[in-house]
Amino acid sequence: MSLINQFRPYPLFILVLAIVLSMPVVVVLAHVFVPSGDIWQHLSSTVLPDYIRNSLLLMLGVAIGTLLIGVTTAWLTTMCQFPGRSVFEWALLLPMAMPAYIIAYTYTGMLDISGPVQMALRDWFGWQYGDYWFPQIRSLNGAVVMLTLVLYPYVYLLSRAAFLSQSICVLDVSRTLGNGPWKTFWRVALPLARPAIIAGLSLALMETLADYGTVQFFGVSTFTTGIFRTWFGMGSAAAAAQLAAGLMVFVFALIILERYSRRKARYHHTSRRHQDLRRFQLTGGRAALAFLFCLVILSLGFLLPALQLLSWTVHVADTVIDAQFLRLLMNSLSLAAFAAVLALILAIVMAYAQRLYPGKLVSGAVRVAGMGYAVPGAVIAVGVMIPFAWFDNTVDDLARSHFDYSTGLLLSGTLVAVTFAYLTRFLAVSLQTVDSGLTRITHSMDEAGRSFGFRPLQILRQIHIPMLSASLMTALLLVFVDVLKELPATLILRPFNFNTLAVKAYELASDERLAEAAPAALAIVIAGIIPVILLSKTITRSRKLKLAIDEN
Amino acid sequence: MKTDTSMQIPQLQVDNISIGYADRTVVEGISFQLKPGEIACLLGPSGCGKTSVLRAIAGFEPLMQGSITLHGKTVSSSVMSLPPEKRHIGMVFQDFALFPHLTVVKNIGFGLQKLPRKQRQQRVEELLELVELTDAKNQYPHQLSGGQQQRVALARAMAPRPDILLLDEPFSSMDTELREQLAREVRDLLRRDGVTAIMVTHDQHEAFAMADQIGVLGQGKLLQWGNGYDLYHRPSSRFVADFIGQGVLIPGEIIADNKIHTELGIVSGKITSAATSGQQVNLLLRPDDIIHDDNSPLKAEIVGRAFRGAVYLYTLKLQSGQQILCLVQSHHQHDIGEFLGIRLEADHLAVFSDLT
Repeated sequence: MSLINQFRPYPLFILVLAIVLSMPVVVVLAHVFVPSGDIWQHLSSTVLPDYIRNSLLLMLGVAIGTLLIGVTTAWLTTMCQFPGRSVFEWALLLPMAMPAYIIAYTYTGMLDISGPVQMALRDWFGWQYGDYWFPQIRSLNGAVVMLTLVLYPYVYLLSRAAFLSQSICVLDVSRTLGNGPWKTFWRVALPLARPAIIAGLSLALMETLADYGTVQFFGVSTFTTGIFRTWFGMGSAAAAAQLAAGLMVFVFALIILERYSRRKARYHHTSRRHQDLRRFQLTGGRAALAFLFCLVILSLGFLLPALQLLSWTVHVADTVIDAQFLRLLMNSLSLAAFAAVLALILAIVMAYAQRLYPGKLVSGAVRVAGMGYAVPGAVIAVGVMIPFAWFDNTVDDLARSHFDYSTGLLLSGTLVAVTFAYLTRFLAVSLQTVDSGLTRITHSMDEAGRSFGFRPLQILRQIHIPMLSASLMTALLLVFVDVLKELPATLILRPFNFNTLAVKAYELASDERLAEAAPAALAIVIAGIIPVILLSKTITRSRKLKLAIDEN
Repeated sequence: MKTDTSMQIPQLQVDNISIGYADRTVVEGISFQLKPGEIACLLGPSGCGKTSVLRAIAGFEPLMQGSITLHGKTVSSSVMSLPPEKRHIGMVFQDFALFPHLTVVKNIGFGLQKLPRKQRQQRVEELLELVELTDAKNQYPHQLSGGQQQRVALARAMAPRPDILLLDEPFSSMDTELREQLAREVRDLLRRDGVTAIMVTHDQHEAFAMADQIGVLGQGKLLQWGNGYDLYHRPSSRFVADFIGQGVLIPGEIIADNKIHTELGIVSGKITSAATSGQQVNLLLRPDDIIHDDNSPLKAEIVGRAFRGAVYLYTLKLQSGQQILCLVQSHHQHDIGEFLGIRLEADHLAVFSDLT
């Protein structure tokens, strides 16, 4: 494509869109150069070392935990045969439906001094308060455990895909060369899956960095809680932005790690010809151990907290589920639906631009627009708030000096700001889904359509839309659920007195009204199960496809 | 001397093996054996069970019946199966299955963990030279061509000096033109190292280029075991006659020990199977059994022809409507519809009594 093509209206529009969507990140990074005076000095001499230390420890702990759990469960469910394996295969994804801040406060309620666990202990052993030691859940270690329990599915998902794509022949070769099953795992299967495992790990760590609810609730000071404190406590936007920029350094490191691993993974691809996976048949004690391990992980990550939420909800349903709750539900659902539709439209526009105007400029613009997913919500919120507030103030000043009229807040503190933040953060999700759907429609399909005398619009209607509809639906659902779960950006940017399920659950939990927070939290978890179902469907589909290939 | 070789312990003995799953038998009652240094090939159409036999020898498939003995030691029977890593075999897979995360050197050295470092390096160097990949030794598999990848796979399997080398359709991912040449190269390599090997393929030309002994498998049974010449000229069954080479069957009647009466006249030659006078049989005629001879009184109409470079393969129609095939040097050009003078010249007469 010539350069001229890139400056037609359509590609140009994409370019502008990318610039607008990258604004929050640019604003944050630009603030590194804005002097914030004493506050920054104060921060760096007091709390900043804590933020860095805690964030690093958190990442280290989550990395170890998600690796151990994710890789082990992936290996067990793909390569071994034991009772319940086919259920665990998808069920192990369920913890993804559980936002970290929700599991955190659920466990707090369960493990509290007055919670069911300690009560049972006291009952059984006849202990009194203070007679026994009990681990403090509201701590850095507690946060590591909570985040690990809900983030391991990223590692599980990607390493599972890697194990599945390994040619069984490669493992067989290792056997014929004198390596037993264990040695084959360590010397062949694991090194081959390493890039995929690291990619999954970097995703989990990005989520760790983005977490606000858990660390705030547990009183662990990290970058995200620091951003909130500087913004609301000290009222310094510049210093908050600088903290956000500091957080971005970590995020960029992870993005680079992830990209690098994925590139490397291409070379770790073995042949496309698969032989039927012959799973190692586990028997007796080993089978029981594998079953128990998966069951414990699933229970801790999903079943127990979900049951607790359910029981709280049942308990408080009479008082909490009222007209106000329904308004809350409607607020959340309509906001999420609106953002999802908007993201879908933008994603379609961008994906088609990439198809119609292949070239560095457009694909670069699309990539920039999709970068927000890696950026923590708190960072985006700061990056949205600062320019919007500036815009409001400027307009207000102008109006006042010229017309003697105050325009007030036009953008900041409105739904526009919240929606814009959602778009920058979650556009990547719908973009990726739409794009992968669109690449399945090859150019030769278009050409085949043209050769039958179809006009472009007919091709769109008769070929593209039917083939894309599933991807579009998926894109819509994924963004919808992500928005529903999103906490920090909503907390900062929401209009005054506008509540969502996530915000309400968080606020009630912060006030130690754990049981009352349960209905909202449960609603989020139920919505969160949707993408898990979609994912597990993809898994079954790929397995069926593989079976069909093997039959031939 | 002859008694000596027969006294030798066979390197591989496959004894009446059956392989199958709960509901179906894939392979039934197969037996054969290989002497040290012998190269054999299991040949058959896809789905005939040849790969299952190979995988059973490797230890990836359990046996329902029979036994497999490697170098005098039973490795598989209906009640036991030594795991693959304990069998001291080498295997080359259809897709080569190189380890993508390891260099050529490390791939080849993968099975040599137990050797001390020095010896390991020495053995790897030896093999790099043997397969002529010394220059590429620090490259990764994705940087190699298909042919190079295959040589790495071969070297890797040969490195630990296995008791037997198993090759699973090793040339199937290569260009058709390359296959025969590669098969000959691999054969020379194996010969030089004195490796006992067994290959599985569906391509008879590969089998001919590679193997001393060929076993033809059809529907899970071993139909014939012999060299290429025997399979072509003395097929023991219609299946083998059909599968190997081209040819047609024409009906005839045996009139003497070495004479058959057919539409083409009386054919004399050595009848390959037991037959009695007066018996109605089908005679296998290969295209090279029919000679073009303008002076021959016997004429047949040309109904089809295919250019094969040096020769034409003509399809001819006899008076009865029976079609036969004939190879004629390509500088003799004849058009469809013309009549060609032919003569029958066969020394082996393969006959099949079933008249279907």
